[in-house]
Amino acid sequence: MNMNAVILCEDVSFAYNGIPALHGQSFDVQTGEVFALLGPNGAGKTTSIRILNGLLKPQSGRCRVLGLDPSAQGALIRRRTGVLTETPALYERLSAWQNLHFFGALAGLSVEEIDARGAYYLDLFELGGRAGDRVETYSKGMKQRLALARALLHGPELLFLDEPTSGMDPAAARQVEELIYQVSKRENRSVVLCTHRLYEAEKVCDRVAVMKKGSVLASGSLDDLRARFAPQVRVAIRFQLMPALNTLEAVRNLRGVASLNTRNGNDWELRLESTGVIPVIVRMLVEAGASVEAVIPSRASLEDIYLQLQTNEHEALQ
Amino acid sequence: MNIRNILIIARKDWMEVRQNKYAWVPMLIVPAIFVVVLPLIFTLLIPALSVSPQDVLNSDTDIQFFLERMPPQLSQYIDLQNPMQSMLVIMLGIMFAPMFLILPLMYATTFASESFAGERERKTMEALLYTPASDAELFLGKVAAAAIPSIGVTWLGFALYTLILNLAPYPYIQRIWFPLPTWWPLIFWITPALVVLGISLTVIISARVQNFLGAYQTSAAVVLLVVLLFAGQMSGVLYLSVGVEMLIGLFFWAAAAGLTALAVGGFNREALLKG
Repeated sequence: MNMNAVILCEDVSFAYNGIPALHGQSFDVQTGEVFALLGPNGAGKTTSIRILNGLLKPQSGRCRVLGLDPSAQGALIRRRTGVLTETPALYERLSAWQNLHFFGALAGLSVEEIDARGAYYLDLFELGGRAGDRVETYSKGMKQRLALARALLHGPELLFLDEPTSGMDPAAARQVEELIYQVSKRENRSVVLCTHRLYEAEKVCDRVAVMKKGSVLASGSLDDLRARFAPQVRVAIRFQLMPALNTLEAVRNLRGVASLNTRNGNDWELRLESTGVIPVIVRMLVEAGASVEAVIPSRASLEDIYLQLQTNEHEALQ
Repeated sequence: MNIRNILIIARKDWMEVRQNKYAWVPMLIVPAIFVVVLPLIFTLLIPALSVSPQDVLNSDTDIQFFLERMPPQLSQYIDLQNPMQSMLVIMLGIMFAPMFLILPLMYATTFASESFAGERERKTMEALLYTPASDAELFLGKVAAAAIPSIGVTWLGFALYTLILNLAPYPYIQRIWFPLPTWWPLIFWITPALVVLGISLTVIISARVQNFLGAYQTSAAVVLLVVLLFAGQMSGVLYLSVGVEMLIGLFFWAAAAGLTALAVGGFNREALLKG
């Protein structure tokens, strides 16, 4: 076991009343890392969080969380983890303060600690002015922020966030992304993020695991995944004056060029094995009389890789 | 086992119920009828209307049959020379006793349904399961949340009932006559047993239904036990003397213990999430 791993899952399988939810799932999360579990509904993300917190026992395989066995030491793990559930799961007839006091007390905090930390997080999430109001009067975004405050209240070493920005406006979502960054990088706490927002995952995560039907299709940093599944560099070229067709054909046949296709009139897309060939191509086009307005290289996004993995599941698993 | 966690969970449930008047207001109506309205009708209204208690007792063949078969352990409290007092003892002291057990059952099943199935219905269960509280602490916290107010309110109701039955007819009875000795085991032996029985049954049912109403309606069927006791007494088959009550209590405690063992066995995080 990697000594820095806060989570280690090896070949974990689980079924709900005979219906498989996880099938040989393996991944690890390192200290201070933001790790994303990505996948469509039913991929097994929530089940993974439940198993890692000792709510469910895996039917095969093994897990270690913070060096503990979730099946036997769930309560000890839950004392050191914070979980933002998929739905806010707040007591709506109670106020924000009453909710925080209940969950904080169960986490072992004193009243003074709950007051101090609760005030900090309520202010941070701009709920301080409504802290005494019943949660049922809150908007969806406010409930989500309060649920996040609840997850952070006891200072967990490991944070599980299931769709943390669901229902939030862009400004609040950015605030959460900054908070995730702060928690992991400045406070060296680890975060496991389940999200459908691939852009969000790409921004805040160090590594991701792409899941489908209870299996991890692939895991690693975005660069790792690009190297394995989308190694080509994309280059968008916009012409003011198009070159002759034989010039385009010559570019297409250059060593290191995987493809050249038109996208929309004067907009073309090149797929290259590396960026090194870009100056050669630009020179060739200009010398052939083309007027090049823009050359924009880019790498495959997490969304590109995710969609590719989801549609080519078998290749990914190999 | 952390007692602090058990109390935290129970206190939260009480706070929630207190905030929900739709939950607690109906629970005041039934005891108000049983504990206040009916006793006042018998103790104040009937004498005021100049209705003859003798006529009341003689008007119904069921009451006649009930009186004829009554064992001496109970009939010793009836002084037929004093018809008004006899009517109160028979109606409110003896016949009414099993009906009083509806209160703890009603409270237990309502509180427990709200506590167990209600938590799931409102989708708050999962957040609770992610707390460090153990399965046993969660279970006992929920049981305490239902049992303590159920027993407490029943006992308060009994105290109020005692007060009304002694104070209202005092001008013409001129003595403290209630509670009869048969009420002590009823309130302090059978009531807690019924509460535990009702809660355990509700917990078992709550694991199989997804909402408060389903759990409440199904578990409320346990009220049939009380109806059976009432019918048994009215038909002259089973009179609730102290001895009989001790035996019935024992039976209820045994049933409660069995159901509690079943409920505890099925109450764990995995079962709650899979259910």
